[in-house]
Amino acid sequence: MKKRSFIEAFAAVPHLVWMLLFIAAPLIFVIYFAFTDTYGNFTFDNITMLQSYAQIFLLSVCFALIATVICLVIAYPLAYCILLMPRKTQKLLVVIVMLPMWISLLIRTYSLMALMDNGGLINSLLEIIGLPKMKLIGTSGAVILGMVYDFLPYMVLPIYSGMSKLDFRCIEAARDLGCNGIQTVFRVVLPLTTPGIISGITMVFVPSISTFYISQKLGGGSFDLIGDTIERQFQNVGTYNIGAAISLVMMILILISVAIMNKFTDDDEGVL
Amino acid sequence: MSGKIIELKNISKSFSSDQPVLNDISLYIRDKEFITLLGPSGCGKTTTLRIIGGFETPDSGEVFFEGKKINDLPPYKRQVNTVFQRYALFPHLNVFENIAFGLRLKKVSEPEIVRRVHEMLELVNLRGFEKRNVNSLSGGQQQRVAIARALINEPKVLLLDEPLGALDLKLRKDMQNELKALHERVGLTFIYVTHDQEEALSMSDTVVVMADGKIQQIGTPTEIYNEPVNAFVADFIGESNILDGIMIADKTAKFAGHTFACVDSGFQPNEAVDIVVRPEDVDIVPVENGMLSGIVTSVTFKGVHWEIIVDIQGFKWMVQTTDYCAPDSVIGLYIEPDAIHVMKKSEYSDMFGDYSTFSDEFDELSVANPASEEEQENDKE
Ligand SMILES: Nc1ncnc2c1ncn2[C@@H]1O[C@H](COP(=O)(O)OP(=O)(O)OP(=O)(O)O)[C@@H](O)[C@H]1O
Ligand SMILES: [Mg+2]
Repeated sequence: MKKRSFIEAFAAVPHLVWMLLFIAAPLIFVIYFAFTDTYGNFTFDNITMLQSYAQIFLLSVCFALIATVICLVIAYPLAYCILLMPRKTQKLLVVIVMLPMWISLLIRTYSLMALMDNGGLINSLLEIIGLPKMKLIGTSGAVILGMVYDFLPYMVLPIYSGMSKLDFRCIEAARDLGCNGIQTVFRVVLPLTTPGIISGITMVFVPSISTFYISQKLGGGSFDLIGDTIERQFQNVGTYNIGAAISLVMMILILISVAIMNKFTDDDEGVL
Repeated sequence: MSGKIIELKNISKSFSSDQPVLNDISLYIRDKEFITLLGPSGCGKTTTLRIIGGFETPDSGEVFFEGKKINDLPPYKRQVNTVFQRYALFPHLNVFENIAFGLRLKKVSEPEIVRRVHEMLELVNLRGFEKRNVNSLSGGQQQRVAIARALINEPKVLLLDEPLGALDLKLRKDMQNELKALHERVGLTFIYVTHDQEEALSMSDTVVVMADGKIQQIGTPTEIYNEPVNAFVADFIGESNILDGIMIADKTAKFAGHTFACVDSGFQPNEAVDIVVRPEDVDIVPVENGMLSGIVTSVTFKGVHWEIIVDIQGFKWMVQTTDYCAPDSVIGLYIEPDAIHVMKKSEYSDMFGDYSTFSDEFDELSVANPASEEEQENDKE
């Protein structure tokens, strides 16, 4: 244990204030609202009421899971391909992957809408070549596509950075010991990149499950996801408490799943 | 020692267009021998090894394994296993699983795997380490796991790329003996890479001295030491006084302003040559009995002997002796005919002079391994 000097402690102050203000305070408010009624009296009603949202909850989990899996399936080989490129090309490709992140999520979602709308680009093209129009907006496919499109970079980047730390000699050692290409991936590359995969999964799953504008814009109102539900509760003055309760439960569930996943990686790396 | 197991024919390799890393290397390796590739950093030792292992394809030339050309055979199909320069153990697997890795790929039955891994652990003196995480092992222990992991596949040839480079001196000496004993016990061909000449001389059946992507000399350790082919080899292997000389006739050489009897012959009359005299082969005698005489400029105690630098007509000789000579005293030198080794002139002739710029620190710097610092942190156990 090293004693921290006064200066060091002092340097941490802004950080602490920031955490108190923007992390601890909102959390306390959420907890407070979740356990009180509109008059500020303590109650468990909000929590017990949540049963009626079970279906919405399940649907959200399904959507988020599917989007996460698709992201993983796309991102992993993509990251591997980037890594096989020469250094300079790698940098360029990473920038290309990151490029969409520089544009607001809302704008990206709107542009997807413009593509898939009834009078959008895709349907106009279909019309020109004489095919019947397709209903795209309002399908579950559109919502999942939206999630995949919006959050894919968050899967690619951690996996890529995990992979780039991979010791190349381990791959050579595997080949030396008798692994062909596929065996090398499954026996060495995959296990050694699990931490990157885990953080990628977390970074895609969490925003996917709590999103509301994607389902609103691309779901065309046909899907009510948990994010939409929470948003609606907070738009009406009287339902703050239910909104807070749903948020709290969801947060706890997410925390638990993240903890389970992290446990997974810890075991992998082994304890001394 | 029997037939050739591996043969390299006219191998060349370059990574970028400017300078070839390997320049027309030809070499054969006999079954069950301990052969060492020795040379300064960057001379292409690892590249040669990687070509044998299948990780690099030569630009031109052929690689043969038991008479068959294997240029395009991928590593996993070669009966060769490698102990990598920095071990490259799998961090996600424990000691047991690291060693069992090759057998699991071959779908060997579980009881057989357990039996053979234990056998290997026994062989490399790591009994009881099965469940340990590889990152918690010391450098020497990691080293042994890497060797066990390679040997369990029963390769015909084991490639070792500076396996002891990251270990401290004491451990390195122990491991040298262990490796040598291991080689005798398992009866495999070992191809060993090092830039430590002492290691090469003490362990190998055959030493291949490389420099600048070319093979300078191939021979037994005694041949390499006693009959270096050129100034580079003479300078790289052990300490040498390398002088310009003239071969006046067979068995008569002139250098340092004196004519000496020697044992070499077969040169043109008056051919310019390089002369090597090892520091331990020079006898110190009273000035009146000496063939040469000079002033002692420095004396260093080396434990077994004194290392003295003698200035003879401006050329600084190194002499190793068990008798103390005071600095600034004038001494005579006597050189037996068989202590004089005559070499043909080569491109390295004028690159290695006398000991005038010699200092111990410089020597240590050039030997120090860049890897060792980092490794020492892992060694704390
Ligand atoms: N993949 C590569 N790309 C470009 N250059 C390389 C590559 N591998 C090796 N080289 C170059 O080839 C030369 C020889 O390298 P090599 O690794 O064979 O040397 P070495 O004799 O093993 O040296 P050391 O004792 O330092 O390990 C070096 O100049 C190195 O920079
Ligand atoms: Mg090397």
